[in-house]
Amino acid sequence: MRNQIVIAFVVGLIFSLGLAVSGMTRPQNIIAFLDVQHWSPALALVMAGAVTVFSIGMRLALRRSQPITGGRFEFPGRREIDLRLVAGAVMFGVGWGVGGFCPGPALASLAVGNSEVIVFVATMFAGMIACQKLVSD
Amino acid sequence: MDSQTVSQALAGGALIGLAATLLLLGTGRIAGVSGIARGLIIFRRSDYAWRLAFVVGLVAGGYAFYLLRPEAFEIGINRPLWAYAFAGLMVGFGSALSHGCTSGHGVCGVSRLSARSLLATALFIVSGMLTVWVLGG
Repeated sequence: MRNQIVIAFVVGLIFSLGLAVSGMTRPQNIIAFLDVQHWSPALALVMAGAVTVFSIGMRLALRRSQPITGGRFEFPGRREIDLRLVAGAVMFGVGWGVGGFCPGPALASLAVGNSEVIVFVATMFAGMIACQKLVSD
Repeated sequence: MDSQTVSQALAGGALIGLAATLLLLGTGRIAGVSGIARGLIIFRRSDYAWRLAFVVGLVAGGYAFYLLRPEAFEIGINRPLWAYAFAGLMVGFGSALSHGCTSGHGVCGVSRLSARSLLATALFIVSGMLTVWVLGG
């Protein structure tokens, strides 16, 4: 339990460092990737870097019979392609295009104290709660 | 895009991939920020502490980077505050509905070649591009 907490905290630090180094904590750079008329591929490179490392790292990690702190490897079990997946992803993209934030960069920017980020994070949690109340799991 | 932007994007992405690998190796969990954050507001979850530690690490790491390089957190786009409220709601509701965001679907799911995540990632990129196109940048 304590080791899990320490690992999760350090992972959060590295994650935010990666987001900030790569420019993903600047909404301008997100919008530039989504703007087909003035396209900037930086976000695609960030994803390519992350996917390359995790594709290899994941396979190496899974050579173990269990995680370092015990328990088991927990992968999402869902397989179905349904309306919830499609509608949720489309909604997510609309919000992403309007605000230039997704959950990781928004949380990494929270302590900076910009009112834009504080409003985004507060309404993001409100949106999650609304989904929990309105849609059965 | 200059060579510095390219190397920073790739290096930052690699750090994100490393963070996701360490979380899987250490705790057996997938580093999806929206799912981890959502667990914080659904109090029936028993595995609360590591989620909180991850989010605290994310916020703290971002703030530490801000103290060194404040320009990494410039918003850089001009939207009214209510637009961030709308964006947060859409991102929160959408990620909860589709069970993932840019990190969970876009990095971890794509690395696993999950059909759900590949579709969700394609959909939120296209819907984000359409949104930015409609908004005119």
